[in-house]
Amino acid sequence: MTHVSPQLSRRGFLAGTAGFTLALTLPLGGARAQSAAASGSAPFAPNAFVRIASDDTVTVMIKHLEMGQGPYTGLATLVAEELDADWSQMRAEGAPGNDALYANLLFGAQGTGGSTAMANSYMQMRKAGAAARAMLVEAAAAEWGVPAEEITVSAGKVAHPSGKSSGFGALAATAAGMAVPEDPPVKDPKDFVLIGTDRPKLDSVAKANGTAGFTMDVYREGMLTVVVARAPKFGAKLRSVDDAAALQVKGVEMVREISSGVAVYATGTFAALKGRDALVLEWDESGAETRSSAQMLQDLSDAAKAGGAMVEEAGDAGAIDGAAEVLEAEFRFPYLAHAPMEPLDAVIETKEGKAEMWFGSQFPSFDKPTAAGVLGMKPEDVQINVLLAGGSFGRRAQGSAHLAKEVAEVAKAAGRDGVFKLVWTREDDLQGGYYRPATVHRLRAGIDAEGRIVGWENAVANQSIMAGTPMEGMMQNGLDPTSYEGSNDLPYDVGARRITWARVDSPVPVLWWRSVGHTHTAYAVEVFLDEVLEKAGKDPVQGRLDLMLPEATRQRAVLEKVAEIANWSGRRAEGKGYGVALAKSFGTYVAQILEVEDRNGFPHVTQVWCAVDCGVAVNPNVIRAQMEGGIGYALGTALFNEITLGEGGGVEQHNFDGYRMLRISEMPKVEVAILQSGEDPTGVGEPGVPPLAPALANAWRALTGQTVHQLPFSTLTA
Amino acid sequence: MIKLGVNGKEVTLDLDPETPLLWALRDELRLTGTKFGCGVAQCGACTVMLDGMPRRSCVTPIGSIDGSEVTTIEGMEGPEIEAVQAAWAALDVPQCGWCQSGQVMSATALLQLVSNPTDEDIDNAMNGNVCRCATYVRIRQAIHDAAKTLEG
Ligand code: FES
Ligand code: FES
Repeated sequence: MTHVSPQLSRRGFLAGTAGFTLALTLPLGGARAQSAAASGSAPFAPNAFVRIASDDTVTVMIKHLEMGQGPYTGLATLVAEELDADWSQMRAEGAPGNDALYANLLFGAQGTGGSTAMANSYMQMRKAGAAARAMLVEAAAAEWGVPAEEITVSAGKVAHPSGKSSGFGALAATAAGMAVPEDPPVKDPKDFVLIGTDRPKLDSVAKANGTAGFTMDVYREGMLTVVVARAPKFGAKLRSVDDAAALQVKGVEMVREISSGVAVYATGTFAALKGRDALVLEWDESGAETRSSAQMLQDLSDAAKAGGAMVEEAGDAGAIDGAAEVLEAEFRFPYLAHAPMEPLDAVIETKEGKAEMWFGSQFPSFDKPTAAGVLGMKPEDVQINVLLAGGSFGRRAQGSAHLAKEVAEVAKAAGRDGVFKLVWTREDDLQGGYYRPATVHRLRAGIDAEGRIVGWENAVANQSIMAGTPMEGMMQNGLDPTSYEGSNDLPYDVGARRITWARVDSPVPVLWWRSVGHTHTAYAVEVFLDEVLEKAGKDPVQGRLDLMLPEATRQRAVLEKVAEIANWSGRRAEGKGYGVALAKSFGTYVAQILEVEDRNGFPHVTQVWCAVDCGVAVNPNVIRAQMEGGIGYALGTALFNEITLGEGGGVEQHNFDGYRMLRISEMPKVEVAILQSGEDPTGVGEPGVPPLAPALANAWRALTGQTVHQLPFSTLTA
Repeated sequence: MIKLGVNGKEVTLDLDPETPLLWALRDELRLTGTKFGCGVAQCGACTVMLDGMPRRSCVTPIGSIDGSEVTTIEGMEGPEIEAVQAAWAALDVPQCGWCQSGQVMSATALLQLVSNPTDEDIDNAMNGNVCRCATYVRIRQAIHDAAKTLEG
């Protein structure tokens, strides 16, 4: 989601990781060791991440939310590699909310986002696997009376040249009694067996047969289903409630006011919805956002024009004005909803001063204290069980913890202990805010007589995502990098630079949306650059390579690679347009080339080629899947999606009819090339998104001559 | 009282006849494989078989289908669903997974009707099933692979 920590040096990262693993390993390992040995049945749990059961299964506790980006498989791979397990014995389970055990090492608190799951876990999970392996070897040495150095482990078998061998399960009880190694050695990457190869994902079967358990699938004895009627405009406050008709609906048990609106409690979802429909509510709109989004975009444009805080400044400020040719463009981006396929939901059970929650908590370290605060409990009296989430794309990563707060308020307002399942409908989701901020970029560039870019200006204006949330502390000098990241630190030599950011506030709540600032900055930069290169008579690929800074070696490599697999210089089919774009986000480098056709004045994308460098490719299958999915997600958005506020400030989209998703007939063919790398792995959940929309705009311009400076494309034909 | 056959068993539902089949299946019968995505027949996450044909359960009031036979993903049997689920797992189609029951149901219904579907057949049969994770490349390939398995 966002860069919420300073860049750690490799050295600092590794040292921090090792220390952390050690701290984790000792108390838990020791404690479990005794009980396991004594009972003989409890699983061997050498640390907080690995459990080995007597039936040979190895369960990895996954500290990151599985919302489709593959951490169950990815993190289990790291453990399996160092444990020398067989892939078929591996299992994954969501780790509960516990900062002390399961923090994201890049955040210092438990949370998933910013495509950091692999990066922060890489050494930690390997060490966890290596520690378990060492203890199994010690156990075998003790049981067989042989030196540990003579023992080998491979594909889940512990063996000695004498012919003795064993699975993990049979050694688990003895292993549990062994000392936990403080700093077990990990493999040289050249010895990797699993990392870097394809293997089945751990959750595919359960997700194909309907047995995978999500939040909405939780049913508990006596549970009531709750839906909330929320304000029709952002910032409106409840004035009055008439719940008489709602309470007449069969199955509705109570109606309560909470801070976000009016909660209807019923014995089932349909009764709750029917009860909500029957509420008669009046709202005070005096503090509400009543501007239309068209007006808001105009206000953003004015703010960008007026300037803003300096983000980056270098070179001669007069370079552009003195240039032979000056290009200017304004780009407009709408609000966007994440629309995860499973809308927001959460289950809470309160009992005698304690609470237990079940949901796809993406930031447990915010969710837990928030819920505890509402309920007047100590955080340690609130247990969070982290379940599979039906998508997030940033929506569940709430600095405000508003979902945890809402479900806790639902439980509190009930006035008694009980079990409550809070469900958001699709309408609640699309109309409920927490959008990608609407944004305006105003760009200028100067070209000299030789076609060289001598100056580049970009004025960005939008809302801040971090301001007013617990993450505000990460803003520096009033700057929120998630608002403009990607507009600065370009990999290109564009001469003198001036990048500004104007913060414009609104009551519309905003949030990071799959690739955050890069969702708009990559578009503005890569489309404007393409237009400038065209003006200068340069080829889009070669022109970018010519501008590339010497240190931008990884950007250069992905661009060259994608040009190679797409056969950029040779491929020119009749009636098709081709475009390219490049973006580095979250430490991962992605370049894409896209082929488009003109179908009645609207783009139809037939193929996308994608080159990605995400360091060591732990699981190529997952990386390809994330590139494919990121491409489809970005394409549907670029073509169709905008959340608009009408005159008076009401959201105009209600459901998937007005906020249209990409469909299978619109999905292009995708070819992905993964660059070989020995660098530490970086994330892949978001980086597939940013280059797609600009590559589309560039291809469309190449085909039709039409520039697209306002998204989505559907506004072209509207 | 509404009587339905659900996955081969007779059930009696004492619910508001307006109740969508989706919520009856989930909230009453605890058949949670059928998912909620939109509630207005725009996404396909709630797809079940009604008397053998795919149907969006979120817009199907139980009062309108008294006496019908409903099959959810939990109750599906036969070579088509087996081939589809095997292909789904082999290609690791699911990402978040929320849409996938519906995808599997629609794909199975397609293969029951058309043993060797073209890309166009797939577009037509599957266009009502949204996947927000955009697993479409693999869905398409998995349907072709399942068709091949069924050919034997
Ligand atoms: S939930 Fe029925 S089609 Fe979306
Ligand atoms: S797998 Fe996530 S919506 Fe399809």
